[in-house]
Amino acid sequence: MPINIKRSIFFTLLIIFLIYTVFVFNAEPINKVGYLSQKAQQGKLIFQKYNCISCHQIYGLGGYMGPDLTNVISTQGKGVEYAKAFIVSGTQKMPNFHIPNDEIEMLLSYLTDISKSGISPIIKFDVNVDGSIQIKD
Amino acid sequence: MKNKFELLFITLGLLSLLGGLFFGVVASLQFVFPDFLQSIPFYKTRPLHVSLVVAWIFLASIGGIYYYIPSQFGIKLYSKTMSVLHFIVFLITGIVIIIAYLMGKFGGREYWEFPPILAIPIIISWLLFGWNYFKTAFKITSEWPVYMWMWATGILFFLFTFSEAYVWMLPKIKENVIKEIAMQWKAYGALVGSWNMLVYGTAIFLMEKIKNDKSIGKSKIAFLAYFLGLTNLMFGWAHHIYNVPTAQWIRYVAYIISMTELILLAKIIYNWKKSVQESLKDFHVLPFKFLVASDVWIFLNLTLALMLSVPIINVYTHGTHITVAHAMGSTIGINTMILLASCLFLIDNYIQSKYSKIELKLIKIGYYAFNISLLIFWSSLIIAGIIKGVGIVKNGKGFQEVMNDIQPVMSVFSISGILLFLSLLMILLPPLKKSIRFLFNK
Ligand code: HEC
Repeated sequence: MPINIKRSIFFTLLIIFLIYTVFVFNAEPINKVGYLSQKAQQGKLIFQKYNCISCHQIYGLGGYMGPDLTNVISTQGKGVEYAKAFIVSGTQKMPNFHIPNDEIEMLLSYLTDISKSGISPIIKFDVNVDGSIQIKD
Repeated sequence: MKNKFELLFITLGLLSLLGGLFFGVVASLQFVFPDFLQSIPFYKTRPLHVSLVVAWIFLASIGGIYYYIPSQFGIKLYSKTMSVLHFIVFLITGIVIIIAYLMGKFGGREYWEFPPILAIPIIISWLLFGWNYFKTAFKITSEWPVYMWMWATGILFFLFTFSEAYVWMLPKIKENVIKEIAMQWKAYGALVGSWNMLVYGTAIFLMEKIKNDKSIGKSKIAFLAYFLGLTNLMFGWAHHIYNVPTAQWIRYVAYIISMTELILLAKIIYNWKKSVQESLKDFHVLPFKFLVASDVWIFLNLTLALMLSVPIINVYTHGTHITVAHAMGSTIGINTMILLASCLFLIDNYIQSKYSKIELKLIKIGYYAFNISLLIFWSSLIIAGIIKGVGIVKNGKGFQEVMNDIQPVMSVFSISGILLFLSLLMILLPPLKKSIRFLFNK
């Protein structure tokens, strides 16, 4: 393969990639979901501070020792008080981090906001002919 | 020791690998027995495991690249001092990260859980590497073989995507969790692609050396495969986030691009017979054995990856241990196998003394034991993933119920993890002994 062709392919791909990056950076989520309040944004940092993601998933991404937390607040029979109980006391598998109250409130605010952003895991869906899926509520 | 800096990278890499697998074993035992080793709990062992293994992949690739380019092209490295500085920055940052994890100081995102400030020395170390690489590479007067392109791509894209992995700090991204997840996985997907470039480049280089055939890295097929890989690195990442409500087109692009890897799979199957014959011919060469194993793992993992990239399959496998199977298959089966080949090759070239008969035997037994335990390890993760995926998505089971269902399989997984660690010890002890002796002599 001549060097000019190699260079052209490389730089063409690179330019498309950079444009695509700008598009992804600016892409709005479906129905503009997922916005976090100030407090929830702080909660996200607390979530990182204690490395909750090592055991938990958000949208199925993360560690697998504990359950997916995307919808813990919006799931029937669970909710804020339920989640708070876990965070305050821990369990046999989940450590009690002795998290101060204000940080717990931020965590709960974060969990509340992500609950509204979508569904995980996806259980109800239709299949399209091309192998992609359509999520149902 | 300044003149042996390539070997320093390799040796530190091998030690990181041992450390990484050690913490992996501990983490897997903690998954099954939550009370195991409470002094270093799971939320610390997991990042220790991941970071040390990633460090291994980088150290072994980098050490190889520093050593191979000058010897292959008969040129001098642009700056040895820079390489030594690179090593020192890497080492110190690594130690600080380990201490931060042990003390429970986090703050970063998954996979880079250390306090974000430590990203700065990491970037600096890669700038040093990149500067040195390009200054050296542009001295080459002949046309670059494909592995030089791949290494260059690996370095550039590491710098780009590692920086991108921190866009979560920008107001525009941090205000929306969906945008943040999308950007995070865009960065991570390409980041893994960037280290794959370093590793696969190394594999092609070794193949050329062992087969003594300089046309391999210049062939049209090699370049087409490289460009296909690059396209997937750039645009294939969103198969990680099919279930996240990002803009629809982001996911469609990933689906289509991911399917182009079918070409690679077809190529492997088409060349099957020839590859087997070629493999048998040089199978007695120790590093080559590892390259052959990596080929088998490429086939297994590529098949798995292609399946996971189909949304209707992904909806069952996402968030299950099948994802882990894929990650382990690629990092251990492919990357580690290739880099072990490279380390054995490099150490043999660097240090003229031969292994004793017993040592050779140890490595060979270790080789088979390593591959067999990896196969059990990998399969048990897939089985656990299927049980979990079907349990949750199809049968609507709860988390606790599913965890009970997979418990027996996870025990098999843990045991095979221990075997994996022991067999790796068998492979690593002879070369480690050799290189450490050499480093500390004179
Ligand atoms: C070492 C692993 C681990 C870590 C770290 C961890 N958790 Fe957990 N968590 C679990 C497990 C496991 C459960 C399920 C209950 C059980 O089996 O003990 C759980 C349950 C929960 C639940 C209830 C979820 C449900 O749907 O029932 C919430 C909420 C929760 N954790 C929040 C957090 C937060 C917030 C953090 C970080 C501050 C955190 N966890 C850190 C392991 C962990």
